[in-house]
Amino acid sequence: MRQMGAKAQERDTPAGDLRLANLTKRFGIFTAVDDLSLTIPQGSFFALLGASGCGKTTTLRMIAGLEEPTSGQVLLGDRDIARLRPYKRPVNTVFQSYALFPHLDIHENVAFGLRRRGIRKVTEQVDRMLALVQLEGYGRRRPAQLSGGQQQRVALARALINHPQVLLLDEPLGALDLKLRRQMQIELKRIQTEVGITFVHVTHDQEEAMTMADTVAVMNAGRIEQLGAPADLYEYPATAFVANFLGQSNLLAGEAAGSAGTDVPVTAHGVRFSVPADRARTDRGPVYLGVRPEKLHLVDSVAQVPSGHQHVEGVVTDASYVGVSTQYLIRTGWGSEISAFVANTGAGRQLPVGAPVVAHWDARHAFLLPREAGADSDRTTPLLDEQPPVGALS
Amino acid sequence: MRLSRWLADRWVMIVALLVLGYLSLPILVVAGLSFNRPSSRLSYDFHEFTLDNWRNPCATSDMCDAVVRSVQIGFIATAVSTVLGTLMAFALIRHRFRGRSGINVLIFLPMATPELVMGTSLLALFVAAGVPQGFWTIVIAHVMFCVSFVVVTVKARLAGMDSRLEEAAMDLYANEWQTFRRITLPLVLPGIVAAALLAFSLSFDDFIITNFNAGTTVTFPMYVWGAAQRGIPPQVNVIGTAMFAIALLLVGASSLRGRRARRAALAAPVAAVGAPKSAS
Repeated sequence: MRQMGAKAQERDTPAGDLRLANLTKRFGIFTAVDDLSLTIPQGSFFALLGASGCGKTTTLRMIAGLEEPTSGQVLLGDRDIARLRPYKRPVNTVFQSYALFPHLDIHENVAFGLRRRGIRKVTEQVDRMLALVQLEGYGRRRPAQLSGGQQQRVALARALINHPQVLLLDEPLGALDLKLRRQMQIELKRIQTEVGITFVHVTHDQEEAMTMADTVAVMNAGRIEQLGAPADLYEYPATAFVANFLGQSNLLAGEAAGSAGTDVPVTAHGVRFSVPADRARTDRGPVYLGVRPEKLHLVDSVAQVPSGHQHVEGVVTDASYVGVSTQYLIRTGWGSEISAFVANTGAGRQLPVGAPVVAHWDARHAFLLPREAGADSDRTTPLLDEQPPVGALS
Repeated sequence: MRLSRWLADRWVMIVALLVLGYLSLPILVVAGLSFNRPSSRLSYDFHEFTLDNWRNPCATSDMCDAVVRSVQIGFIATAVSTVLGTLMAFALIRHRFRGRSGINVLIFLPMATPELVMGTSLLALFVAAGVPQGFWTIVIAHVMFCVSFVVVTVKARLAGMDSRLEEAAMDLYANEWQTFRRITLPLVLPGIVAAALLAFSLSFDDFIITNFNAGTTVTFPMYVWGAAQRGIPPQVNVIGTAMFAIALLLVGASSLRGRRARRAALAAPVAAVGAPKSAS
């Protein structure tokens, strides 16, 4: 019971990185987490990002000890904690539903972990913790008397007070409204920098993951699709799944036939494009040529396309004014639609539906991804119907 | 016009008050009769106000023996059925095992079976097994039908409990026993207490099943039944009123405690609520 150390000093000594080694969890015939291996450096803010059912929460529960892995290891430093009971791990969790104890007041909720470890004098620590999450004076209240945001902060305080070596956050902001969520994101990041504990954050909100985390791992079907800094993932995704899950992408289905010098030529729908070789995940066979919608610039004619830029001609089929930008859908010559965001700088004019346009991009902003043979159509997020009603304004 | 508006706003409450009056009228009659000095043994008219019945509730020693016996049986049957029923409820909610759904159905059987049938079949069982009827056969019979009510009551409470609370407790260094002691039990306790009260009142007033399995032992309901033939002593009303008052006090005290705790919690941090500090 005491091996994680009752004394603060002992607990504060760095435990080292959190490593998952060949971690697998099966429920019956369903594989929730499939041979997962990754290293989360000590003190980092790590986000596991994925759609619901991708195995991210199961991964988190295995780190917490609430789920026993079918096989594999959970290493904290050099110690395998995969088979330890949850109360024997120096790991604490902020639950999605907060899971505050309804029959205890806020003070006792926060003090719960300290008391279970046999610490008697808790008042000072609890007060300091409540101050950290800006809930001074709320100690006597019951959880039901607090708002969602306040409950969320109590859940955070209740976990942090134990100085865990790893703090797990299971979609902790999902129940909050947008404004509060933004505020809590900044708050969480601030607290993480302050206390220097490893945070592992599970979320399906890509914006949240990118805002807060140093490193993001995109999960899909129990595996990690790509892992890296948010900017790297966004600017140069490794797979079509990542390109579409993290932000939006226009993916044009094409064929590549090996690199020619520093560029990879691609033929898509009979048009020739090229992508720098260092932006190509593959240089041969079926590929997707990807460009982010905000990297597309719209001009009236081909003559206006700057040199070094690639272009596609089309017709505006939809224009959505969203304040900060205008989002256009453009039907290309071969029938599929691509999406372009034009920042509302006040310089350009609004393009009407039906206007012919040329969309161009800097070749260095494109990326080349492997495509499964058979997936022949272009992919644009948000995924569009094969034939959206022309001219329909949203 | 205004009257109909007034009625439209309040008719639900008026109906509720009428129903409440209907429910409490018999109890008020019993309470009133406990202060009565009847003119004759078989008279139920209010004849004359007196405190004699309350000063001397044990008019006949048989009656007080019967009350004490009923309370004893009630306590034992309640204790046994509450423990067994709570354990069963935990097993049925928390564990998946073969025959679980079958047991869920069987639990309702004692509630659905006519008491007469249950009483006679129990008697047949005791006779066949050669068990002499008396105090302990009554206890066994009472435990049998009380268990069902306990299981159903505790199960309802347990099903409404978020199992993530227990996971959170384990995550916060509480081992299995501490989790049960600090989280599960306090949260399920209101259900267990309600079940125990229900079991006690069922046991205390059961007549039919008890009558079959009592042998020569006389419980309070059996005493009242017997006494009714020759005129009920007014002290029976005293016992009835006292039982009712105790129950009322228990319920009142618990709701008062809950309300006071809530108010104290709300009153405390008024100063802090007004202006939460900015995030920076």
